[in-house]
Amino acid sequence: MSEEFKVEIVNPEKSFLVKEDVSEVVVPAFEGEMGILKDHIPIISFLKPGIIKISSKSGYENYYVEDGIVEFKNNNLSILTSTIFNVADMDKSKQQDLLKQAEEEANKTEINDQSKYLADQKVEVLKTLN
Amino acid sequence: MASLDDLKKRIASVKSTQKITKAMKMVAAAKLRRAQESAEKGRPYSEKMNNIILNLSNGISDIENAPKLLSGTGDEKVHLCVVMTSDRGLCGGFNSNIIKKAKSYFAKILDEGKELKIITVGSKGNDQLKRVYGEKIVENISFKESKNANYFDADKVGKMVIERFEAGEFDVCTIFYNQFKNVITQIPQAQQIIPLNNEGEGNSSDESYEFEPDEDEILSNLLPKNISTQIFKAMLENSASEQGSRMSAMDNATRNAGEMVDKLTIEYNRSRQAAITKELIEIISGAESL
Repeated sequence: MSEEFKVEIVNPEKSFLVKEDVSEVVVPAFEGEMGILKDHIPIISFLKPGIIKISSKSGYENYYVEDGIVEFKNNNLSILTSTIFNVADMDKSKQQDLLKQAEEEANKTEINDQSKYLADQKVEVLKTLN
Repeated sequence: MASLDDLKKRIASVKSTQKITKAMKMVAAAKLRRAQESAEKGRPYSEKMNNIILNLSNGISDIENAPKLLSGTGDEKVHLCVVMTSDRGLCGGFNSNIIKKAKSYFAKILDEGKELKIITVGSKGNDQLKRVYGEKIVENISFKESKNANYFDADKVGKMVIERFEAGEFDVCTIFYNQFKNVITQIPQAQQIIPLNNEGEGNSSDESYEFEPDEDEILSNLLPKNISTQIFKAMLENSASEQGSRMSAMDNATRNAGEMVDKLTIEYNRSRQAAITKELIEIISGAESL
């Protein structure tokens, strides 16, 4: 019996990733990390900045996201996000750029609590990558 | 009849115009392919977004307290229209079609005694609208620097619309753009994005979702994103339409120029022959009189 389901990641420009043989996906949901296995009940949630971990037959893959929405239904996981990078493809300078951007954002004084929280999250996640 | 020299000059000038239109057609064709591709690639995102929102809004328990972006302000006095056009001309009826559609909508709204506000995206739309609706235009944005439609630009427009909405500046928001059907057909569209129009396209299931956090919070997070997404979709469709429209317009222009060259060439040859015949007659009649 297969324990696999389909995951699809789309960003506004294109369909970023489609994988049929996924056994587990861990997403950084807004209220904490959430692992999704086959036959999870239908769920909608949104993401905070973090790492999406996908484990499939072909191994593990990590993706860095800044925001997004996840929907799981009928063993189809859809992730909609506007900013996503494959961690393996990210080099140091790219990481530094993102980190710098996030830090600048976090240090702004006029932003509200929520965006402050999100920016802090970004900084934290990006730091752990380094 | 024009002199031989004049005709020659005209033929040369029409030919060079033809070269330009031909080149533009080729460029548009190349760009069209890219624009079409990105429009098609962008579709899954907006479709999925739509689906999720549909599912969410069906699941929402308390309609009264639903976010205003979904349910509206309860009023529809002030209409905001976002008219999306191109920044460049020479693309056939592309811009005029959008403007025509928009203008008829404006007239309807003004007839009903409602207030109208306009945001133009793209300089051509602004040029065409400012004469009649100048004082209604509250903002004019153009993305001349960006080569292709990108999400970042769309997000900027979306954020601006939402800001204005939250400031209570309008009740209903409609976007105008050209939907790309194929190279020769683009359909001008008016799409209402605030409040969200949920009619039709129901592949929503009765399945109940688990929400984390609750529906309201997800919705209030998702709806602004949806607006940017819809605007982005419109931008993608528009850029594909623009190139398609330009391509067919330039194709026509090239063909017309070719026809004109043919006609002028025939005229040129005729008058050249006429001149030769005249000279011959003169010589012969001169010889005869001797």
